[in-house]
Amino acid sequence: MTLTACVNGVGLLGPGISNWPHGLQILRGEVPYAAAPTVLPVPACLPSAERRRTGAIVRLALAVGLEATTNAAADPAMLPAVFSSSGGDGANCHEICQVLAGTERALSPTRFHNSVHNAASGYWGIATGATAASNALCAFDASFGAGLLEALAQVQVEHTAVLLIAYDANYPEPLYSKRPIPDAFGVALVLAPATGATTLARLSVTLSDTAAARMPQPALETLRAAIPAARSLPLLAGLARRATRDVVIDYLGPKNLALRIEPCP
Amino acid sequence: MTERMKPLALTGFTATSCLGLGLDATLAALRARHTGLAPCAFESVVLDTYVGEVPGVDHSPLPVEFTDYECRNNRLAHLGLAQDGFAASVRHCAARVGAERVGVFLGTSTSGILETELAYRGRDAASGALPTEFRYRGAHNTFSLAAFVREALQLTGPAVVISSACSSSAKVFASAQRALAAGLIDAAVVGGVDSLCLTTLYGFHSLQLVSRLPCRPFDAARDGISIGEAAAFALLERPDAVDATLLLLGTGESSDAYHMSAPHPQGRGAGAAMLQALESAGLTSADIDYINFHGTATPSNDESEARAVAAVLGSETPGSSTKGATGHTLGAAGALEAVICALALRHDFMPAGVNTAAVDPALKVNYLRDNLPGRVTHVMSNSFGFGGSNCSLIFGKRGRGS
Repeated sequence: MTLTACVNGVGLLGPGISNWPHGLQILRGEVPYAAAPTVLPVPACLPSAERRRTGAIVRLALAVGLEATTNAAADPAMLPAVFSSSGGDGANCHEICQVLAGTERALSPTRFHNSVHNAASGYWGIATGATAASNALCAFDASFGAGLLEALAQVQVEHTAVLLIAYDANYPEPLYSKRPIPDAFGVALVLAPATGATTLARLSVTLSDTAAARMPQPALETLRAAIPAARSLPLLAGLARRATRDVVIDYLGPKNLALRIEPCP
Repeated sequence: MTERMKPLALTGFTATSCLGLGLDATLAALRARHTGLAPCAFESVVLDTYVGEVPGVDHSPLPVEFTDYECRNNRLAHLGLAQDGFAASVRHCAARVGAERVGVFLGTSTSGILETELAYRGRDAASGALPTEFRYRGAHNTFSLAAFVREALQLTGPAVVISSACSSSAKVFASAQRALAAGLIDAAVVGGVDSLCLTTLYGFHSLQLVSRLPCRPFDAARDGISIGEAAAFALLERPDAVDATLLLLGTGESSDAYHMSAPHPQGRGAGAAMLQALESAGLTSADIDYINFHGTATPSNDESEARAVAAVLGSETPGSSTKGATGHTLGAAGALEAVICALALRHDFMPAGVNTAAVDPALKVNYLRDNLPGRVTHVMSNSFGFGGSNCSLIFGKRGRGS
């Protein structure tokens, strides 16, 4: 069983990585990687009332999603989407748990509706007008791989382009000590059944028992291991190369995902 | 135009809710028009509301080998898996196709968040730290449910949790269907488990969406939901591999792109999901014998859903919301109501919506206030969630001799 799709656009944002062109330079070794706190843009695409209600996790997902659809020259309103996050909005969760630990328990309605795991998907629809199917997945540390499988299955079975957005942000204390994700990292891929003007590569994916690849640069390997969405880095490094490459990325024990990345055109 | 999907067989299914443990108790309660809702006495909650609590969850600890997954939600999952021989059906299937060829696709909205809520009461006074025994991965994390079920059933295939609020465990059927169609797996455990917690009880209360009475879907006087909890599972396989009578025939998914916590007033996304489900099943509205409405009993949900149903299926098809009986089981609702649809097909029985005294005349649907016997061949189940996430499923059965 092999799932295939064309990668037509990428969006990327993380600690010390400001966008996909910057990420390309880092992954090609053209500029050194320098870790720095992730800078999240304010989502200009949302009406001001909704914009004020968004936390880091939603801003992250919207930013990489829009970058990927722009790079793919795709209309975000027309794409089904797969959102995958290992934990959702940790800051919001912390605020809710604090309120519920007290006696008043006066929860804010906005905090509550932002607590759903598909909050980013909901805001994405409001921002872009996308009315197609949208999924919100979680597979703990395997969330990027799970999102990739879901998106590829949609491409293959429904014969449609799909937007995959994988994204994670840090929890505040005291949850941080239990789940030490250090910063926000998001990646988005526009995956399509056929090549187009913007296609970077053709991607073929199978389940594999082979161990996942590590990043050769120690700082990027630290990032890959620390944030579940950054388990995508070996795939992104493969996209950055201009030669066919086989690489294995982390999935769900005992299985990993073996990828073949063939540059296009 | 949505492509026709290849039907999948439901080779096992089970449900546990406030109506009882397993299919016999569920069917008996539906036939008796019984509600499992009772005044809320959950944990330390002080809210004037009814809930659908599953009895005995707190007294059913997980086997010691699963201590890492200990939380109310996984206890409920464990209780659910033990009913109707479901776990045994999965084991037989895994023995046939291979444990790595059976996927796990489960829905939940809050997973084991109750453990975190309780842990926040036990923070260290000086450092603010959570108690040492608090486990993030096995309790709090959204994936905990699928990780536990996969391990408990000794499966090694792909696994994922879909968490899109109240559509979660309907959407797992669509996702599993794609994975089967793509050849990624040969069988799928699908389902949903959601359990009572303070986040949802106080959260829906903050949105003023909770009724003080047992919820009354489609009633003119409906004034909000009653929250319930449930564990419901089904085993999906290709029908050519098994002797199948009950089938998943169609799925439809859409997004409202409208509001975070209110449905589109005209039911735009709901209607799109229903239409897609019909197209994917290769059926027309006239083929549907019964609709299990999402029917939460909030004024806005039922109005928007009724508009969408009337637009897509007309106003004649009998339908009901079973949430008056079970409460709104949130991330488990899609799977619970899918199992109720399977019971309707198996027993040629359309369950009444209970608690509803007078159907709102503004809602142009054929709402069942009494149980209706009669041949049931195709049923539709609707599930809609926060963030404008909509899913519609169609189930059917093979006619005699076909």
